[in-house]
Amino acid sequence: MSTIVKTLDLKGLSCPLPIVKTAQAVKELSSGDLIEALATDPGAVPDFNAWCKSTGNELVEQSDADGVYRFVIKKK
Amino acid sequence: MPARVVVLGGGVGGTLAANLLSKELGRQAQVTVVDPTGMHHYQPGYLYVALGQANGRWLVRDERTLLRRDVELVVEEAIRIHADAGTVQLKRGGSLQWDYLVIATGARLVHEQVPGLVEGSHGFYSLEDAQRLREALRRFRGGRVLVGIAGIPYKCPPAPVEFVFMLEEHLRKRGIRERSEVTLLSPLNRAFTIESASKVIQPIMEQRGIGLTTFFNVEEVEPSAGTVSSLEGEKLEYDLLVLVPPHRGQRVVDSHLADASGWLPTDRHTLQVEGHDRIFAMGDATNLPISKSGSTAHFEAPVVASRIASLIRGTNPKTNYGGRVMCFLETGNRQATVLRFDYEHPPAPPQPNLLWHSAKWMFNRLYWETVPKGRMPENMPLPIPTGRSEG
Repeated sequence: MSTIVKTLDLKGLSCPLPIVKTAQAVKELSSGDLIEALATDPGAVPDFNAWCKSTGNELVEQSDADGVYRFVIKKK
Repeated sequence: MPARVVVLGGGVGGTLAANLLSKELGRQAQVTVVDPTGMHHYQPGYLYVALGQANGRWLVRDERTLLRRDVELVVEEAIRIHADAGTVQLKRGGSLQWDYLVIATGARLVHEQVPGLVEGSHGFYSLEDAQRLREALRRFRGGRVLVGIAGIPYKCPPAPVEFVFMLEEHLRKRGIRERSEVTLLSPLNRAFTIESASKVIQPIMEQRGIGLTTFFNVEEVEPSAGTVSSLEGEKLEYDLLVLVPPHRGQRVVDSHLADASGWLPTDRHTLQVEGHDRIFAMGDATNLPISKSGSTAHFEAPVVASRIASLIRGTNPKTNYGGRVMCFLETGNRQATVLRFDYEHPPAPPQPNLLWHSAKWMFNRLYWETVPKGRMPENMPLPIPTGRSEG
C-alpha cells in the first residue's frame, strides 16, 4: 500500500492556482506515488475531478470537513 | 507638521491614491510618489498595440502631469522598505521617511522562469513585447498560432481570451484566416477561470473556429523544435506562440515583506499589510485572491486614501474594500462583454454587444483625464464608482 509522499497546502488559494500547483507537484513524482492536496476553494472539487479525468492521474480519495477539501491523487 | 505619506509606484493605484490623499488632506499631509521611471503606462492598451490598432505613444504619459501640484514625485527606484524605522531606501542613495506607506508597485514579468519562453514566444504584457509581437504578426503569413498562460497569477485575466478573439478578427481582415489555426491553451478545463464567463465565451470561440486545449499548464518552450509542452505531458507544435509570462511581486517587497511568490500578505478589507498598521498595499502587489488589474487598484485606491486620511485625522477608518472589480472583455467584431464582481458576488456577464465595446473604447479615451486624477464622476454612464464605502 502506497503512502502519501507529499502534502500540498492550497488553502486560501483561488482557482486556478490549486490545479496549477498540483500539476507542478505531480510532475515531480514517480508513477504510483500518492499526493495529498488541501484546498478551500469550492471550485476545486469539479476542477480536481476534471483534471484527473483529463490527465489520467487517479483521484483515489476525496472528502471535505470544516470547509477544507481534501484530495488524494495517484500519479499515473 | 504634516504627516508624511510615501506612495511607492506611479501606476493607476498609486497615482489615484496620492491625488485623493492630497485633495482630502491638503496641508495636513505631504504626499510623495516614488516611481523608478516617472512614466505612467496605460497597460490595457498593449493589446491594441500588438494588433496594430494603437500607437505606443498613446499609452505612456509623464507621471508628473497626472499628479496634483502639491504631490511630490521622486523618480528613483525604491530598493528596500524598513518597516520598523519607517523609511524607504532609494537606489541612488539616501532614504525617505514616512508615517504612512502605500505600496502600489505592481507586478514584474519573469520571462526567464519558463525555459525557452524568451527565445521561443511572443507576448503583449509590456510595451516592448507588444511592439515585437506587432512586427511578428506583420510578417505572419498563416500557420498555427497558440496563445497561452505561462504562470499564475497574471495581470488582467481576460486578456489572453480577448487576444484570441481580436487575433482571429485580425487574421480574417488580412485574408489569412483560412490558412491559420488559432488555439487558446487553458490551465483549466474551460476557456476562463470564472465559469459564468466561460459559458459566454466558449460558444463564441466555437462559432469563430477558435480551438481550446484544456489543462495545458505551460512547462517549457523548445524554440528550435517549435514546440511548447505542458506539465500534464502534452507537446504542441506552433508557428507563432503568444504566452503571458509568469509574474512576481517587485524586488522592493520580494524577499522581506512579501510571501514566497513575491506578493504582500494584505488584509482583504482594510488593505493593510499584515502585521503593519501603517503600511497599505493595493493592486497587483497584494496576495488577495482577486484579479490583478488596473480596475482592482482603481477601486482600492479610494479605500486606502480614505483610511489613511482617517488615521491622520485621528478618527476611526470606516471605508472597507469589498473586492470590487470590473473588467471589459473584448470578443472581436466590435463587441465586448463586462465582468463585474466582488468578494461576495460572482460575475454574470451579459452577451457581448456593441454597447460594451463602445464603453471600453470610451474608457480607453477618457482614462488619462479621469481615473488617475480621481475625476471619474459617479453619474458617468460607465458603472465605475469612485470608491464607495462598503463597510
